[in-house]
Amino acid sequence: MKKKVRIIPGFGLTMGVTLAILSIVVLIPLASLVVFTAKLSISDILEVITRKRVLASFRVSLLTAFIASAVNAVMGVVLAWVLVRYDFPFKRLLDGLIELPFALPTAVAGISLTSLYADTGFMGKLFAKAGIRIAYTRLGIIIALIFIGIPFVVRTVQPVLEKLDPLYEEAAGILGASRGQIFRRVILPELRPAIFTGFGLAFGRCLGEYGSVVFIAGNKPFETEITPLMIMSELQEYDYSSATAIALVMLAAAFLILFLVNLIQIRNAKILKGGH
Amino acid sequence: MKKNIFRLSALALAIVTGASALVSCGSKSEAAENKNFSIINVSYDPTRELYASYNEAFKKHWEAEHDSTVEITQSHGGSGKQALEVANGNPADVVTLALEYDVKAVEDAGLIEPGWVDEFPLDSSPYTSTIVFLVRKGNPKDIHDWGDLVKEDVGVITPNPKTSGGARWNYLAAWAWAQGEYNNDEQKVIDYITELYKHVLVLDSGARGSTTSFVENGQGDVLLAWENEAFLSLKEYPDDYEIVTPSISILAQPSVAVVDKIVDKNGTREVATEYLNYLYSEEAQRIAGENFYRPSNETVLAEFSDVFDLNINLVTINDFGGWDEAFEKHFADGGLFDQIFEGEA
Amino acid sequence: MAQSTRGQVVSREGTGQIHENTRGSKAVKLLLIGISVVFLVIMLVLPLITVITESLKKGFAEYAASVTDEDTKSAVQLTLQATVFAVVINTVFGLCAAWAVTRFHFRGKKLLVTLIDLPVTVSPIIAGLIYVLTFGRQSAIFPFLEEHGLEVVYAVPGIILATVFVTFPFISRELIPVLETIGTDEEEAAAMMGAGGFTIFRKITFPHIRWALLYGVVLCAARAMGEFGAVSVLSGHLRGKTVTLPLHVEILFGDNKFMPAFAVSSILVVFAVIILIVRSVVEYIGRVKKNVH
Repeated sequence: MKKKVRIIPGFGLTMGVTLAILSIVVLIPLASLVVFTAKLSISDILEVITRKRVLASFRVSLLTAFIASAVNAVMGVVLAWVLVRYDFPFKRLLDGLIELPFALPTAVAGISLTSLYADTGFMGKLFAKAGIRIAYTRLGIIIALIFIGIPFVVRTVQPVLEKLDPLYEEAAGILGASRGQIFRRVILPELRPAIFTGFGLAFGRCLGEYGSVVFIAGNKPFETEITPLMIMSELQEYDYSSATAIALVMLAAAFLILFLVNLIQIRNAKILKGGH
Repeated sequence: MKKNIFRLSALALAIVTGASALVSCGSKSEAAENKNFSIINVSYDPTRELYASYNEAFKKHWEAEHDSTVEITQSHGGSGKQALEVANGNPADVVTLALEYDVKAVEDAGLIEPGWVDEFPLDSSPYTSTIVFLVRKGNPKDIHDWGDLVKEDVGVITPNPKTSGGARWNYLAAWAWAQGEYNNDEQKVIDYITELYKHVLVLDSGARGSTTSFVENGQGDVLLAWENEAFLSLKEYPDDYEIVTPSISILAQPSVAVVDKIVDKNGTREVATEYLNYLYSEEAQRIAGENFYRPSNETVLAEFSDVFDLNINLVTINDFGGWDEAFEKHFADGGLFDQIFEGEA
Repeated sequence: MAQSTRGQVVSREGTGQIHENTRGSKAVKLLLIGISVVFLVIMLVLPLITVITESLKKGFAEYAASVTDEDTKSAVQLTLQATVFAVVINTVFGLCAAWAVTRFHFRGKKLLVTLIDLPVTVSPIIAGLIYVLTFGRQSAIFPFLEEHGLEVVYAVPGIILATVFVTFPFISRELIPVLETIGTDEEEAAAMMGAGGFTIFRKITFPHIRWALLYGVVLCAARAMGEFGAVSVLSGHLRGKTVTLPLHVEILFGDNKFMPAFAVSSILVVFAVIILIVRSVVEYIGRVKKNVH
């Protein structure tokens, strides 16, 4: 590639500030985690992360985060569609609610969801009649994670849907495609990168979520013990090396998810630009 | 260009560190020197009410005898977590934790000098407690002793021994009962403990979390609880619960210590030492009793004989060979507790 | 979002098939709206209502007492302090990062963007842990910090750092897509005519990103106020000193003071609702302004 001449000024300043703050807030602290784990040998780390309880916690975390993000992917598309394409009373209110999980502290969410979904709670009672326990089971974790992940897919799909040129849909309609076909063949392919991005971000966030889950999970080893709790409990046993080893695995997972998301997003950006 | 980036990074770095330094200086200057002491007491979960009352009493006591004031800042949490935070830099002047083992962790970090156990009377354990059962009113599941916990339809609530000091006492008390019941046949004891934890519905990370699950969210039939926690719940909801004292339980000895390194730095050794010493005074012992901790002072304890079941048969941690041995055998990674959950024992 | 109305206008103007289709799918529309409303009510509105009803369970006097408690006040103060710091630092960072990423080509851009986003997916527990490892007693720089009386972990600066961390990408994430979309033509033209960097930013770029920036600030503030996990690891729970509102809620909850816990939660709910209203207003003004132009 030919080296481009920089016409717009400010590279040094902005890059400098970016790197400086990034280093202090993210890089140096993360590096200290890596340095700390470097004191352990590979076999030590492997020994820690292949303990049955740790593996079980990975399984619980991955499973619940995946289900919750999948639910959010579907509901996110529905919500984005409703918010972009339809007009109805209180639409703005509904739109404004989407960010609530960002704004409401996770601890508050956890306490309030637990009291709602416990056997004695408002929602829990309904399900208890059907013999379904929600709080203190994996279902409870999934509920909390759905709550946490709602904004991600909605907010990534929404802008794409807004900029999607209705001409294609019209053309497909004129050519005799049904609404379902239009959605599947015309709209969904355009939304797919955005859905994956939102899904990835929600998934990453759900994997690491702690505050809301600990209240509702019941925290039984092998059943409802999530990985962040596992780290917490290693810390409480003064076992820094185990805690950091598990943390390193989670960190690698977070990094991988984000890298994939950003790859998808580059495509997404092109769509956004093209639609403009 | 490169040089430019570097210079600007340095500048930004300076700004950010400067800003945070400013904040920290702000919080620092509050602890002014003019003989107004400020100490931090890092404690464990169930002592919240106890120290809320005790701090008031101590303030009065100190300010009556000295021409200086004292402010006490409390911190509560799971005992192990609290110890870890102190070891990592939480500037506690005194620690009042659930287990000797946790205070020892602070010692291992080089903050408390060895020999602290003998610094205060009775192994630095001014009040004690034990483990009892809290059941729903009328005891519908007919639970009277440890053996009843593994009856078919009984749901048990106890915190996780990996994270909660109280839960370790629960576990060891159950173990002690099973040892007597099965004549020290270790396999049978392990079978019992395995069965017991199969009946556990919610394994919260701390004692308070378990109480909440049992009391507020209505989970389970019996809560294995600190005696003082059980009494507190009873006080709050006298019509909903009753306490069952099992045939055998464990003497839980919470430990207190002055954090040498911090008090020497802050110049608070005198007030911190007096703070812990005064815990043994009659006034403080009575406060402990009122908060359902068993006073170590025999006369004061006698005043509360109608509250506590003084005939309860208590084993101590020494019956398990001390904390180091007990921890290694039961709670360390890969220890018996892990094996029970992995179904390998 | 500014384009949403425009999109509909176009589709309404469009003749023929799509018009009929829209009318024909009224059932689908109602169904989808119904699903959305039920979902949001169950997942978002009910928890909010629970907080409010629980906090008023024992009457308004009790509620007022727990909300005006000394510890609550100091928690509100600390929370606002941490929020302001987080917003200021992240705004500076977000503007710089967005400018650098969208206006220049350089190697490692993808890596940089990924690193900026990383805090969103890092578990809050790990976020707390890394600061304890970096600035705590275990760390190599602890003696230096101690000598200079700098308290980071288990003190206010640590809480601020953790808050900055969890909200780190919020503003840059809002700005980057906008800057990418508007392209660099205008700025390049201005630069060639000899305008300085700051002038270009102020006169040309800023008007485009104003609303996105505000939106980012609002989100950042919202998340900063509510952070629990990371702050919990770093705070030491020193009452009246290092306890933020969410931690105060946790403490009250642990004290078996459920009503006060929900009462303090309701403060956070009110903050959250205010922020969401501000967000909607910001968006609305942004759209009106855009339509005028």
